[in-house]
This record gives sequence, structure tokens and C-alpha cells, in this order.
Amino acid sequence: MNYRTIRYILGWVMKMEAMCMLLPLLCALCYREYGVVGSWLWCIALCSAAGFLLSIRVPENKAMYSKDGFMAVALGWILMSIFGALPFVFTKSVPTFTDALFETVSGFTTTGASVISDLDSLPRSIIFWRSFSHWIGGMGVLVFLVALVPMTGAGNFFLIKAESPGPIVSKLVPKVKSTAKILYSIYIALTLMQLVLLLFGGMEFFDALTITFGTAGTGGFSARNSGMNDYSSYCQIVITVFMIIFGINFSVYHMIILRKIRAAFKSEEVRCYLAIIALAIIVISVNCRHIYASLSDTVRHSAFQVASIITTTGYATTDFDKWPELSKTLLLMLMFFGACAGSTGGGIKISRIIILFKSIVKEIRILAHPRSAVKIRMSGRIVEHETVRGINVFMAAYLAVFSLSVLLISLDNLDFTTNFSAVAATVNNIGPGLSKVGPMSNFNVYSIPSKLVLIADMLIGRLEIFPILVLFSHYTWKK
Amino acid sequence: MNIIIAGCGKVGQKLAERLNDERDHNITVVDVRSSVVHDLINQYDINGVVGSSINIDDIKEAGIKDADILIAVTGSDELNMLTCLLAKKLGNCRTIARVRKPEYVRTLDLFKEELGLAMIINPERAAARVIARILRFPSAIQIDTFAKGRIEILKFKIPENSVLHNYKVQDIVGVLKCDVLVCGVERGCETYIPGGNFVMQSGDLVSIVAPINGEDAFFKKIGFKTYGVKNAIIVGGGDTAYYLAGRLTESGISVKIIEQNSERCDELCNKFPKATIINGDGTDNRLLMEEGLGTAEAFISLTNIDEENIMLSLYAKSKSNAKIVTKINRIAYDNVINTLDLGSVIYPKNITAENIIRFVRAKKNSFGSSIETMHFILDGKAEALEFIVPKNSPIADVPIGELNLKSNLLIACINRGGKFIIPRGNDIIRTGDSVIVVTQKSGFDDISDILR
Repeated sequence: MNYRTIRYILGWVMKMEAMCMLLPLLCALCYREYGVVGSWLWCIALCSAAGFLLSIRVPENKAMYSKDGFMAVALGWILMSIFGALPFVFTKSVPTFTDALFETVSGFTTTGASVISDLDSLPRSIIFWRSFSHWIGGMGVLVFLVALVPMTGAGNFFLIKAESPGPIVSKLVPKVKSTAKILYSIYIALTLMQLVLLLFGGMEFFDALTITFGTAGTGGFSARNSGMNDYSSYCQIVITVFMIIFGINFSVYHMIILRKIRAAFKSEEVRCYLAIIALAIIVISVNCRHIYASLSDTVRHSAFQVASIITTTGYATTDFDKWPELSKTLLLMLMFFGACAGSTGGGIKISRIIILFKSIVKEIRILAHPRSAVKIRMSGRIVEHETVRGINVFMAAYLAVFSLSVLLISLDNLDFTTNFSAVAATVNNIGPGLSKVGPMSNFNVYSIPSKLVLIADMLIGRLEIFPILVLFSHYTWKK
Repeated sequence: MNIIIAGCGKVGQKLAERLNDERDHNITVVDVRSSVVHDLINQYDINGVVGSSINIDDIKEAGIKDADILIAVTGSDELNMLTCLLAKKLGNCRTIARVRKPEYVRTLDLFKEELGLAMIINPERAAARVIARILRFPSAIQIDTFAKGRIEILKFKIPENSVLHNYKVQDIVGVLKCDVLVCGVERGCETYIPGGNFVMQSGDLVSIVAPINGEDAFFKKIGFKTYGVKNAIIVGGGDTAYYLAGRLTESGISVKIIEQNSERCDELCNKFPKATIINGDGTDNRLLMEEGLGTAEAFISLTNIDEENIMLSLYAKSKSNAKIVTKINRIAYDNVINTLDLGSVIYPKNITAENIIRFVRAKKNSFGSSIETMHFILDGKAEALEFIVPKNSPIADVPIGELNLKSNLLIACINRGGKFIIPRGNDIIRTGDSVIVVTQKSGFDDISDILR
């Protein structure tokens, strides 16, 4: 393993985090929160010090292999979360370090699960940092690093591969660096678009900014206690649309920019994703038709909730815990589906679901005609056996992590719905679950050990299991 | 530039590696074998498409519309030509095809225009040309030519007890009075572009620049043979042997080819009546001795198995004083191979890559680059480039000593209308000169790149 390169990359991750913290510092100055300026300066100093210490010596051998990529990404995320928790500790926004870590990991992994009950009493710079961490974590820190930092070498592709979600990670253009730049340009452009549209709807600038960060990263941290209820239905519709947009594979936008519109619409995953959303909205609207006053309210609320859950954002305009069982169960299912591969969303990913479903169909066909040659196709292309195998193993690992987590947090003796949905909401990076961790409550019901389990779940979910498992595997460390 | 490489065999991989090193190309490889494509994507900063280069969808996905250059180096000549034809139809790019079958060689000159080929590369013929050149001057391990063959860079090994042992580079001019320039020294794994005070030792591999007849005097003074070989034994009668035998018999060298396959022997016999064709196993020691290995002046192992070539060369070295040439197709352990005494080692894939990269560099410069020739020297760790100095070049009309040159770089020779100048500090480069530069940096495409 190339420890020196990993160390160097980690150094850059810390430097990048220090730079990101300049924004909340600016925010603290703008809103005259002079009491917390000192805390921010301390955080920035610590991050940059760590960054410079780690990256002071440029490694001679920059060769990176698959293993190094996984290690750098897993360690980078853990390190970033630990340092990212410092502002919460220094400003005394949360009582314990575990809570601070929970909040930060929830931010970076774009989960949006919170342990803070009273947002309005917090400094605005802290609220800004929470939401901004969604934006950073949404597209990924290492993707950002690859785009900006001169770290030459093909090994960078391993970083992107380990950090980007989805069963197949491919480059948009031959150069890794250009690919990362294109991804971030699309990301920034869409973010700005949403910000402008929200401001146009009369939302306050601070709220518009934090909500946009939350939507872009498909995170889900709110800006105030009242959540989404304060905002006009126009703003809610804008947020709904953008949640769906950020849940689509970014390569589709690249194709649209290249004017390959027909190819963009041929993407089976995106079609399926949109179809699932439409279907879920219809079913829930019908199922909840007696709860809301008008049809438009019903559709708006169900659309918002569906988009929020399937893209794993986790905003809520209404307490869906009070919905009928069919709608609640449907939402719970959507939690597992997740968004498209290559988007900022979490979950299992639609492409994996499609391929798994097609594997079932394939198996049935083979059982009916044992000698038939059947291949799984996706958007008209044959899916390689390796990919299918990877997805099967992913599902096995996913189930193992899931059941183990439910088992561990059941020590707190809460009801099954709460435990099950809490793990579902963290592994899939959604945020709110059902029952005691529903959209109008928070994760403070859990003890510290359970919170640590959920923190691990969030990281495992965001990095799609294997980087974290590789980090703790003895095969990795064996010489 | 956007470059598509169709076919990821030995040459395709070498090209991907070399072109990736140049940094500013967007490379996409196309191959039907998905594992090879994935390996390459993981190894280099390039993109890949698993598919056939003559499948319209696949080649479109590889981005043929925006490609500037397509290089077809699949295993099949016909596929390569067809790929180039298709590329021409779908996009607007320059195409390079590898075509190796001897029967196509002359046919292709007729077709080149119709197929729209910018370049045809034949690795075996190129390798044969390089070998033939070395046999004309067997004291050298490697010879690369510049200025249309009038300037050469020669690499040779300083033997034990040579005059050059513990000899300073500047004394070659000062004491030996020879107008040659040492442009590189390889010692073990290290390579140097030496200054005047560099001290050479026996065992060093030294590369010198000299006009084509200038080196004779130098080699005579240091006690090397300067005449070409009169006879040669070639083991393995493949395509390289075919092209080589043609060249050697033309220049009056008597050739003996040992080939296992009797049908192939008949073919070669029909083609080269002057050559002696032996039907037998080249790895048979007794046969080799019987056919006069002991008195042969050159021994060239050209079988298709690298390991066999290495063993044959080592054996020949131990049994004779012949000039040894070893062809290595596949193995990549350059460092290990360098420690063996294999004489001149020929890597056809490197020769092919060298030719194609020279073409790519030349095309990169929109003004029609000034690169005339390019060779990888010093075991691929340095490049020797020949530039034509354009008008208003920042390096023209300034004494070389006053130019702020990049490190590890040497201006090796100036050719002014057929007159060769081995440059010293107060020489001046003029517009229209052709200049040979040796550098350890990669990616130069204009003479002004030599400045800091």
C-alpha cells in the first residue's frame, strides 16, 4: 500500500475542509455572531495545520491502486467528519462529541438525520455549516480534489470510483480531471439555478441558500424548527422538482449539454426512476385523498414526500407518519430504492434494483428453458457478468450490515418500526424515519452507542459499503 | 488532441502509455476484450469502450466525431484498414493503420489515397530497417538517424580496458580531436545527459551524435570496428526475417535463415534465391555450430518466443564473436534485460510507438509542427528530437550560452544546409536550421519548448 500518497491526499482533504470552513466564518461575520468567530478561527487553524502537516512532503511515487483508492476515500471521510464536528463542539451547539459527530456525518453523507431539537437557538453560521456539508458531501470531496488539485496519475480514477455511487462508475471524458470538473460545473450550475428560483419565490436569502444546499446534496437539514411549512407552495414545488433533478445521473446532463438528447432519454435508469416517482405520487395521492383539503394540496404533499424519500433527501412538508399504512409502507420501500447511480442521492440505487429485478427474470427464463442463452441488458447494452456479481455481493453485504445494525440498536429497547426505519434512514442517507424518528422528531431518542452504530451506517451507506469494509479488513493491512 | 486507439494489443498498450505521458491528449481505447480495456483504464488516465472498432455504434461511442487521430492497431490488417475507412466516413480525423503482411506492402501504396490513410505502419519492416542499419555498423548497439539519414545518434558500450575508461567527456574534442558529442550515458539504472566534466567508465552505455561519416574516425581512435558485417545468421523465418533478408541480400551480405517450418522455408527460398535457407530447429546447438555460428559475423534471433531469443543470443555470445541482435516482442522487464549481454535489443512495439508518436506530435502543432524526427534514446528515458527553426523563433540568433534552457536538455547538433555543427556555447542557431535536441522531458512539439 502506498501510505505516502494516501497521507498526501488526506492532507489535501483537510486543507480543502479548512477552505470550506471559511464560508461559515464569513456567514458568522455577516450575521454579527461575533461570539462564535473565535471557534471558527480555531477550527480553520486546526484543519489547515493538520492539512499542511500531512501534505508537507510530496510523495515521489504517486502510483495508486484500487486498494489505495478505497483507503484514501474511507480515511478521508472519517477524518473529515471528525474535524467537521469541531465547530459543533467549540460553539457548544450540542452536548457531547458523539452528537457533534452524528450531526457532521449526517451532513457529509447527505443523510439529514439530526439530534438537534431547537434549531432556532443555534448560531446561523452553524446552521450554514450543517447545510453546506450536505453540498460538499453530495458530489464528494475527493471528486472536488481531483478536479482542482494537481495530483497527476491515473490512480485518481480509483478515488472517484470509490467515492461515486452506483454499480458502474465511468468517466464522462477520457481525463479524470476533466470528468471531475464537468461534474462539479453541472452541480454548481444546477445549485445556482435552484437558488435563483427560490429567491424569486420570495424566500429569505439565508433560508434559500441552506435549503438549496440541502436539496443539491439530497441531504435534508432544515434551516429552522418549522421545517418546510413556512415556505410558499411555489417554493415547495421548486424544491420538489430540484430534488428529482439532483437524483438523476449526472451523465445524463452531460449528454444533454453535448446535445445527445435522444441518448439521454434512452437511459433506462432515468426512465424507470421517473416512472416510479409518478406511480408512487398517484398511489399516495389516491390513498391520502381524505387528509388534505384540496386535490392540489394532496398531490403537492405526496409529490414532495415521494421526491424527498426516493432521492434520499429527507425534507418533509407534512408529517407522513400520520399517513395511512399503504402510503407509509410505500415510502419505506422507496427509501431502499434510492436515486439514480451517479447522482448525489443515496439508497441502493435504481440501476441496481433494475439489474436485480432482471436477474430474477433471467433466472426464471433459464429455469423454463435450461439451455437458453440469456443476457441482462441495460439501456440496450449487455451488463457484464462482473457487474451483476458485484451487485449481488453488494446486496448481501447491505443486508448483513442492515440486520446487524438493527440488532445492535434494538438494545435501546425502542419499538421495531423505529429501529428498522432508523437504520433504513441512515444506511440509505435519507434522514427521517418513521414512528419515534419520524419527520417531526429526531434521533436524540437513541443512546450514545446506538448513535455510533448509526454514524457508521451513514458512512457505510454513503460510500456504498466496500470502502469502509476494505479499511477494516485484515487482507488490506497484511503485508 | 482527441485520439482513438483501436486494438489494445502490445502496441496499443504501449501507445496508450506513451500518449498518456504526453498529458494533453484525450485518449479513448477500443477493444473487444473487456478485461484489457478495464486494465488500461485503471492504469492510465484514459477512457475505454468495450466493442469492435468496425461496429458503428461502438466507434461512435468512442467519440469518432470529435477525434483528431485514429490509430488502428488490432491484430488484423484487414480490420485495421476497414476501421480507418470507417473512421474517415464517420468523422474527420487522420488515420494510422498497422499493416504487417508482406503481400500488402506494395498494394497499399496504391490504396493509401483511397483509404485516406495518413500513415501506414509496419512494425516488422520498421524493425528490419533498424536491424539492417545496425549491421552496417556493428560496433553500435543502437543507431537512430536524423536529417534524412545524414546525422546519427549511436549507442555503444565501453568495453573493459578501453581508452575511454576514466575519460572526461570534454577530452573527446580536446584530446582525441573528434567532432562528436556525447549526448547521454546509461550506467546501471541511471541515465545522465552529461556535461563536459562527466567521467565515463567501462561498462557505460554511451550515446554520441555525429554526422554520418564523422564517427568513423572517432571509433578508429578508440579501437572499434568500423566496417559492416559480411554474413549473418538469422534464426526464425517470420515477417521480420523476410524484410531483413531482403535488405541484407540487396546490400550484398550473405544471409542464412534457420526456420523450422518447411513450407515457410520453401516460400523464403522462392523469394530469396541468394540466401541459404536451413530447415531446422534454431535452438539445436549442434545445428547452429554446424551452420557456422563460430565464424558468423552477425547473429540475429527473430523467433516468435522472446525467451527463446534471449537464450539463443546468450548462447551465440558465448560461442562466437558475432554481432548479436535480439528481438523482443512482449516482455517488459527492460531493467533485467539490460543486465544481460544481448547485444542490440530490438523492440518492434517501441519502434512502432515511436513512429506513431512522432506523427501525433507533428499534428499537434497547428502551424504544421517543426518536428522532423523523433527517437526514444537512452532506453526510452530520453527523447532526441529534430526541429526546423521557424521564423521569429525566440531561440534564433542568440548565442546558445545565453539561452535559458531547461534542465537535462542538450542541443546536440545544428544542421545548416548540409553543414553540421556540433554546438558550443557561442554558436548561434539561425532560422531554417535543423536542430537536434536531446531531453529527458517529454511532450515537446516546438523548438521554443526547450526554453524554461
